[in-house]
Amino acid sequence: MSQEKVVDARNTFCPGPLMELISNMKQASIGDVIELLSTDEGSGNDVPEWVNKIGHELVSSQNIDGVWHIKIRKVK
Amino acid sequence: MSRKIDIVCVSGTREKLQMAAMIASVAAATGDTVTVFFSMNALTYFIKGRTAEAPAEGELGTLLANKEGVPPFKQLFKQAAELGDAKLLPCSMALDLLKITKNDLDPEFGPPTGLTRFLSDAEGGQLLTF
Repeated sequence: MSQEKVVDARNTFCPGPLMELISNMKQASIGDVIELLSTDEGSGNDVPEWVNKIGHELVSSQNIDGVWHIKIRKVK
Repeated sequence: MSRKIDIVCVSGTREKLQMAAMIASVAAATGDTVTVFFSMNALTYFIKGRTAEAPAEGELGTLLANKEGVPPFKQLFKQAAELGDAKLLPCSMALDLLKITKNDLDPEFGPPTGLTRFLSDAEGGQLLTF
């Protein structure tokens, strides 16, 4: 059964949000979705770039009131 | 495609250690093969039991030190090793000068390494110095 998890990395600076995401991704199972919350402006570009490079699936990415909400599905 | 990135950490200032740690952690976690060679004043922060803060060179270093939410460079190097299999190598000459062994360093550290070995392993990769 795939699970959804929120990783709250608000108020941490680069590369804090990305490293939080990666350490949670390592523990997740294939099919799980992680929603990363980040106030680091660079996350909007950097996180999708990482997801693309590693080969996971970017489900959605939006900035709501200055907070990035980026959903990623673990594919491998 | 996986790249090979070799980082030489020499300076003991906060900005340089932070930047080196940021590059090492992101590159390693993105699948690059990362080796960090620590010598001179950069090595001293990884001696067990030492708690000295790295001095700031300027404005950004002071901001790094005082802002909450900035991941400390030691944590980033540790994550580079744990999440991305980065190799953290102490310079054997620096260990000799400090009269310490590998056992006096944080556990993430690999074997004491000489320059000949490091340079031959670094051949063909991208070398960054801080």
